[in-house]
Amino acid sequence: MLDILMGAISLGLLWAVMTIGVFITYRILNIADLTVEGSIAMGAAIAAQGITLGMNPYAATLLALIGGMAAGMATGLLHTQLKIPALLSGILTMIALWSINLRIMGKANISLLRMNTVYTLLENSGLDKAYAIIILGLIAVFGIITCLYWFFGTEIGCAIRATGNNPNMARAQGINTDVTIILGLIISNGLVAVSGALIAQSQGYADVQMGTGSIVIGLASVIIGEVLFGRKNFYSRLVSLALGAVTYRIIIALVLKMGMPANDLKLFTAITVAVALSLPTLKDYLIPIRRSYKGVD
Amino acid sequence: MLAVKDVYKSFNPNTVNETVALCDVNFEMKEGEFITLIGGNGAGKSTLLNCVAGVYSVDRGTILIDNVDVTRLPEHKRAAVLGRVFQDPMMGTAANMGIEENLALAYRRGKRRGLRWGITRKEREMYREQLKWLELGLEDRLTDKVGLLSGGQRQALTLLMATLKKPKLLLLDEHTAALDPKTAQKVLEITDRLIREHNLTTMMVTHNMRDAIKYGNRLIMMHEGRIILDIEGEEKKKLTVESLLKRFGRIKGEEFANDRALLS
Repeated sequence: MLDILMGAISLGLLWAVMTIGVFITYRILNIADLTVEGSIAMGAAIAAQGITLGMNPYAATLLALIGGMAAGMATGLLHTQLKIPALLSGILTMIALWSINLRIMGKANISLLRMNTVYTLLENSGLDKAYAIIILGLIAVFGIITCLYWFFGTEIGCAIRATGNNPNMARAQGINTDVTIILGLIISNGLVAVSGALIAQSQGYADVQMGTGSIVIGLASVIIGEVLFGRKNFYSRLVSLALGAVTYRIIIALVLKMGMPANDLKLFTAITVAVALSLPTLKDYLIPIRRSYKGVD
Repeated sequence: MLAVKDVYKSFNPNTVNETVALCDVNFEMKEGEFITLIGGNGAGKSTLLNCVAGVYSVDRGTILIDNVDVTRLPEHKRAAVLGRVFQDPMMGTAANMGIEENLALAYRRGKRRGLRWGITRKEREMYREQLKWLELGLEDRLTDKVGLLSGGQRQALTLLMATLKKPKLLLLDEHTAALDPKTAQKVLEITDRLIREHNLTTMMVTHNMRDAIKYGNRLIMMHEGRIILDIEGEEKKKLTVESLLKRFGRIKGEEFANDRALLS
């Protein structure tokens, strides 16, 4: 049981990086960006291929970051310069990345068995793999949260937040909303790719399919984090994302343990997200009924 | 200061839905002028303002601000010299951001944004002073989200944001139309006070004839995409609703008097 829990926490921390990326587009920019499905696999592909070719695993992870940023930029350019709706721009990049990821890897998956990864150093010092992942995951997540907390407090960061909040107002205040949207997408997909790179190294392989459904997992983690751990200030919102991603993994581990077939996972996640997203509407729908009953009394 | 030369703007050109919003509009504006722009629905007042602000690109003609041709300049670049308040109170502020954060965004209008802090302690004091001046009690709510404010408070805040960095030209697009009469009056008073205090060159679109006559030192009336009246100086001061209606009647027959929207 402890093994399962540790596995869930370690995986959750790696997915937390991705969740933060999804948060930037979904909550800050107010865009549902599907690029992430491609960029998470891209991060895995770049890191795996880089390591296979003998690169330092940290350098390979950094390269994944750059690849993800490029993917985000592609979506941003499609959306802002060619005026393709954001959702469609993301889908286009996502589809394109499928082929690009296959080209990067040269095949559908790459095994990283017995190769050096970012976790090797900690493992060699005698730590269990799950603990090594948790330690590195914590460092990555809190490093990223600190950086983002700082960044979104700067002038450029504020401009990005204003753009997602009210693009008309942003432009009236002299903000080039094309640039801020592209920047947000770059940062988001960069983080998602790093997450992909870290996940691939933890599970020992990269697969071109690993991005499928990841946006829903990201959204589920964002929403679980917000609902369960509050959203008072920006810092606690960022921390709640990490907690949300870990909680999601624990929930999944538990339902699998309770005997749910793994093939039903995506259906389960989709339903969870659909219910969570529709909560405000359901509330509106249910509350007036209760009121009218009160009126009769 | 502002020169609008032969500006022509149509929507949905070359379709059955084509509408000409501005038909060769010409006028010049001197520094320190406060124009009230009046006209019925579809007269082209808001379109004119949006063309000046760069929200719409014009089909023909040129727009100069301080002798600089801005006709091809994008909206966010023109923002450096423009202050704007919109009809919809939701449109001028970022609802999920704090009052001080909104002011800080406005304070950086026209400046290059970098990786410095989005708001500094020194600024906070200044914002507090400025908010005090509005007399709406907002100075104690600096970190409150703007979404919590009423429509009138939001418009007052947007006005402050538009003038925080003195704009060369202040554009007010029916900024009191969505407010209840009492709040509208209060926001208009704040507007007038701000304009006088900073000696702002202003263009204010309004539906309300009385306001158009009461405020400003020049009145422009538009009808079907053209300027049909342009009154300033002593003549403007002597203007009454009746005399304005009469003058319009002389130009366009009776339709103006029947334009319900103008008589509010």
